[in-house]
Parts: sequence; structure tokens; C-alpha cells
Amino acid sequence: MQKPIATTRSASGIPTGRLAIWWLLASEIVIFGGLLACYLLFRLGHPEWADAAAVTNTAIGATNTFVLLTSSFTAVLAHQAAERGDGKKAARFLVFTIIGACLFLGIKSYEWWYEISHGYTITSNGFWSFYYTAAGLHAAHVIAGAIAMGFVAKDAAQGKELQRVELVGIYWHFVDVVWIFLFPLLYIAK
Amino acid sequence: MAQATTAPVQDTHGHDTHGHHDEGWFKKYFWSTDHKMIAKQYLWTSIFMAVVGGLMAYVFRMQLAFPGIEVPGFGLVSPGEYNALITNHGSIMIFWVAMPMLIAAWGNFLIPLMIGADDMVFPRINRLSFQIFLISAILILASLFVQGGGFGGAWTSYPPLSANPEYNLTGLGASIWLIAVALEFVAFLLGGINFIVTLMNSRAPGMKAYDIPVTVWMIVIASILFMLSVGPLIAGAIMLLFDQTLNTGFYDPARGGDPILWQHLFWFFGHPEVYVVLLPAIGFVIDIIATFARKKLFGYKIMVYTAVATAVLSFFVWAHHQFIAGIDPRMANVFTVTTLLISVPIAELLFVIIATLYGGSIKFTTPMLWALSFVATFLIGGVTGIFLGASGSDIYLHDTYFVLAHFHYTFFPIAIIGGFAAFTYWFPKMFGTMLDETLGKIHFWGTVIPFQFIFIPLFALGLGGQHRRIYNFQNFPELASMQPLRVTATLALIVMILFQLVFFWNLFRSLRSKEKAPMNPWKANTLEWTTPSPPPHGNWPPDQMPKVYRGPYEYSVPDRDTDYWPQNEPS
Repeated sequence: MQKPIATTRSASGIPTGRLAIWWLLASEIVIFGGLLACYLLFRLGHPEWADAAAVTNTAIGATNTFVLLTSSFTAVLAHQAAERGDGKKAARFLVFTIIGACLFLGIKSYEWWYEISHGYTITSNGFWSFYYTAAGLHAAHVIAGAIAMGFVAKDAAQGKELQRVELVGIYWHFVDVVWIFLFPLLYIAK
Repeated sequence: MAQATTAPVQDTHGHDTHGHHDEGWFKKYFWSTDHKMIAKQYLWTSIFMAVVGGLMAYVFRMQLAFPGIEVPGFGLVSPGEYNALITNHGSIMIFWVAMPMLIAAWGNFLIPLMIGADDMVFPRINRLSFQIFLISAILILASLFVQGGGFGGAWTSYPPLSANPEYNLTGLGASIWLIAVALEFVAFLLGGINFIVTLMNSRAPGMKAYDIPVTVWMIVIASILFMLSVGPLIAGAIMLLFDQTLNTGFYDPARGGDPILWQHLFWFFGHPEVYVVLLPAIGFVIDIIATFARKKLFGYKIMVYTAVATAVLSFFVWAHHQFIAGIDPRMANVFTVTTLLISVPIAELLFVIIATLYGGSIKFTTPMLWALSFVATFLIGGVTGIFLGASGSDIYLHDTYFVLAHFHYTFFPIAIIGGFAAFTYWFPKMFGTMLDETLGKIHFWGTVIPFQFIFIPLFALGLGGQHRRIYNFQNFPELASMQPLRVTATLALIVMILFQLVFFWNLFRSLRSKEKAPMNPWKANTLEWTTPSPPPHGNWPPDQMPKVYRGPYEYSVPDRDTDYWPQNEPS
């Protein structure tokens, strides 16, 4: 498909793709914001949820935080490589980020399997409902981001659409930031 | 060295170029990325859904006026069917008629044309947005035919009624309804991002912020408003879906949940949603009125600021839907004040329109009639809202037919009158032929007059204490005597529906007509009138894309031969 003239204009001075990704994040922020605001209000009204929160495995949560932060770091390196015009290197760093995403999901699966097999399911009580819903919604974003990075890396390896490396990176940092909010709220707060 | 990331211009590449060669039927009508085709897809889908929603109203109005009769064309209406009909009438009219028609169809058609671009910035995301929307429309229609019937828990879908299949008796219908609404939100988020970025980046050279036609401003402000208000409800919908299907207890007080939470999430979106559909309609009305008053728009900048103020204020009024839901009376005071405040910018918008008319040389064309009736009808809707925004009187009026009549007096001008205003005004540009003025005026009076006869009786019924969502009022002796009012409303509805046949006849005639519409039949200034009707692929030849030299409302400028001054004409 030929790119329309509309796509090539930049009346605001901000590249079109970057503008779009920020608006996408704005719409995502209110989704997660709404969910977390509900959780916070409930949590304040239910001190007894602390008992349930105590069951969550902070060590696993911390490990996952570390994995996700590292994957954000490789996303930054990919962006840096793309700015230098080195598509191959950018693609390689994006693959590292995807590996980070997979590792995160793997650890998360183990954690959920462990909790569910010990009887802590989404219907156990309000805390566990929010725990699985919020982390599940976040995990869906991790999966979406990993898939998007796969497509971008494929193009970048051939030196095409290098500006997308930055865009997918911005999205990935957002996914990371959401987890930075989830980790203390679901794991650390007792 | 940020070349790769900051350069917005990319080489065209790849082999999948498409354009002026002949495309297959499927590709042209179902796989097109042309904003004009996508606009038509949205338009036809929303007109189809409007017919469905209108016929639903016919069926349940018949049941209310003549309880227990075999409704011609439908048969006996059972209580369950009645619930499903009123629920889906509301849902369809808001989510599958008002939004796709006002925002998606006209936004897609007008934004690129009015700002002098050849398409949206993301044509394929645009196509994806319509496809998701189409799936959601098919889902909501399919949900009427599943086991247990369509969802019957009202369009507001309050738990625990909506969360528990044992209460609403339509477990499957409820879940499909929720998924359809969520998909519809996704479609409009994608479309909204496209609209906003297109306006911000793809304006014609020379088009500054205050040269943008008000219609485009309004659609984009509405898209931002939608985007920022719908998020919490998406989260809430996930929670409700889990309550329905996984047996969680987010909204179940017995298990630590809170049903009022849904009301907050729903109305935090639901009230801004009113302005999401109102602003585009106001935009159409303003463009039409400036054109046919042949006068410069009074207070262009005020208009834009007012729209932004309305959008911001609309985030702080939602709890006026919950005055009797057990919220703190002190909170009710706060929300009364904010609600009454929001009538200030709305009144300002109407005054700007009236001031534009003052001293103009008004031409009573069909689109102008629709635009003027918008002002008159919406005014009644706005004024009756004061009674509901004030918590004291709302306690009596809450959940009665007064509320119902009030919001139909707002949504009917917005979706139906605004929709017809836009349709009759831009029809020549979209389809390349003119609509018949006489038939158009017959249809106009045949729609607007019966409308008053439907809803003025319902105001009276509401004041008489008649509650909403009741299957048969004959079971309430103190309400039974008001039956003539119900019959009047139903008969007026049937008259209104019959007059829509005039519209479809007019539409059919014009679509088959061989007479070509001129490029600028209304002598208007905005850029869409500077290209042939209908515009060719790409809207303008690539080397003749328009440049903008002035604002969109330079009508009757002294010392000029013509009373209009197109935006792209060098001075």
C-alpha cells in the first residue's frame, strides 16, 4: 500500500508514529488507572486483604521486576542502535527484549501455577480477584508487546522502518511502568 | 544523530501498491483503506442499526400502549422479550447508531477532506477499526437469538442484576452484550487515535489551529474525551465479565465487593459519553448554520474554548445519576453544583449559534431546517436536565419517564436530527447527487412534529410518577388512568416511523439519479467543497493538494463579488 500524503505530513512537528503511540498510552493509562483506583479503594476498605497479600511471593515478584527492567534496558539499546542506523544490532537487542518478556511470562506462569495449586484462585476473595485480573491484564500487554517487537525486529534486521524500534520501545517502557505500580501494590503492601 | 527516528517521511516501498487500478468487489467494499469508503461503511451500518433500534421501540411502545396485544410484525411480547428489547434499543441507539454515525462516519469522511489531506494517517488501522466495529454489531444482533434471549438488564447494566444469571435470566445474552460493547470501545479507541493524530499532523499547509472547521475540532475533542473517560469502564467491564463467567465477586457485597462501584465506573464514562456525541452534532449544526446564514461564525475561538470547557467539566458530573443510590448527601451537593455549572458552556454554545443567525440572510434549505430544529429541540432537553441535576427534585423524578423524556430530548436532536442535518448537507459530496428538497422537507416535518408528540406526553407521565422499565402499567391502578398519554406517544411513534419511508425513497431516488451534483452546491468555504463530488481517490491530485489562506467562516466579506471566500483561494 502506498503511503498517503497525510502520513508524511508533520504539522505538529512530532513524528506521526510517536504521536500515535503516546495517544495509545494515554488510553492505556486510564484503563490501568481505573483498575488500580478500584483496587486501592477496595484495599483501603478491607484491611483483612493484607492476610491474602502476605501469601504472595515477593521474591518471585522482585525477580520478575528485575527481568522486566533488564528487558527495558535492552529496548533502550535497540533504540540507540536504530538511531545510528544499525538495523541488525537493533533487531538483536529487540530479540533480547523478547526473551526477557518470555522469561517474565514463564516465571509468572510458575507463580500462578503454584498459587492456584495451593487453592488461591481468582474466586478466593477480593484480593485474589484483583491480583489475577490486574496481573493478567498486564501479562496480556506483555504478550502483545512481545509480538509487536517480533514484527519490528524482522523489519529492522533488513534495515526497514527503523523508527518503529523507538515506538515499540516506548510501549515496552509503559508495560514496564505498569508493573512498577503492580509490584508494590500486589506484593509488597501488607 | 537521530535521523532514523525523527524523519516522518518514509520511502514508499513494497509491491502492494494500490490505487487507480480496478479492484475486486470484495476489496473495494470490504477491504478498502480509503477513508471515504470506510465512512460509507460506518454510515450504512449505523443506518441499518438505527432501523433495528427504531423497530424495537415500535414493538415495546405497542406493548405499553396496548398491553398484551399481538404486535403486528412481532407477535405477543413476553416480559423477558420486553426487557431485552428496551435494553438493546438503548445500547444500539447509543453505541451502534449515535457514535458510528456522528463520530466514525462523518469523522472519517470529513476530517481528511476538511483539513486538506488525502486520507487518514493510518488507513489500515482505520480499516481494522471498522472491522472490529462490524464484528461488535454482528455480536449484539446475534445476542438477541441465543439461549435465554438478549440481555435484559437495561443498557446501564447495573450489577447484581447484570452480574448474576439467576437474576437477569439471560446469562449468555449478558456476556455477549458486554463483549460486544467492549469491542465497540476498542474500535472507537483505534479510530479516535487516528482522528487525533490526523488532525494534529496532516493539516494542509497554512491551516493554523483557528483555521480548522468547527466540525473537525468537535469530532477530535469528542475522540479525546471518549478516550480519557472509557478506560475505567473497560477495566470495570473486565471485572463484570469475570463476575458473570468466572464467578468472582467484584460487585457482590456478600463477598466483599460493591455494586455501586459499577455505577461510578459506568457513569464516569456514561456522562462524558453524552458530550462525546453532542459535540460532533453541535459541530455539524454550526457549520451548516454559518453556511446558510451567509455570515461569519460568531465567536469562533469562544466556541472552541467552550467545547474544551464542556469536555473538562463533563468528568465531574457523573454522580448526578446516582443521587438515590445511597451516596453521601454532601457529595450530592457537590455534584449538583458541577452539573448545573455545565449548563453554562452548553448555553454559551447555543447563544453563539443564535448570535450567528442574527442579521444573517438565512436560507431555509433542508439541512438548515434540521440544524435549526436541533437548537430548538436540544434546548428543551437541556432545560429539563436542570430538574434532574438538582438533587432535591431528582429524588422525586429519578428513574421516571421524565428522565427518559429528558434524555430522548437530548439524544434525538444529537443522533437523529444532527445525523440528518449532516446527511442532507454532505450527501452531495459523499454520493455526487443532490437530494430532493421537497421530499427532504416533508421528511423533516414528518419527523420533528411526531417527535414532540411522543415525548411531551412522556414528560407528563414521568411527573405523574410513572417509573421506567415496567412491562405493563395496567398492573398499577394509580397509573392506569394515564393510558391515553401512552397511546398518544405510541401513535406518534408510528407516524414518525412511517415518515422515514419518505427519507428512504428520497435516498433511493438520489442514489439512482443521473444528475451530477456540482462541486460546491451550498457555496461553502471549507476545503471539502473544492474537490469534485464525489471526491476522487486521494481527494485532490497529488500535485494540487490545497493550501489554506484563511479561516472557514469568511461569508459576506465586504467588497467582494461573491458572498463566500473559500479557504484555499489565495487573497
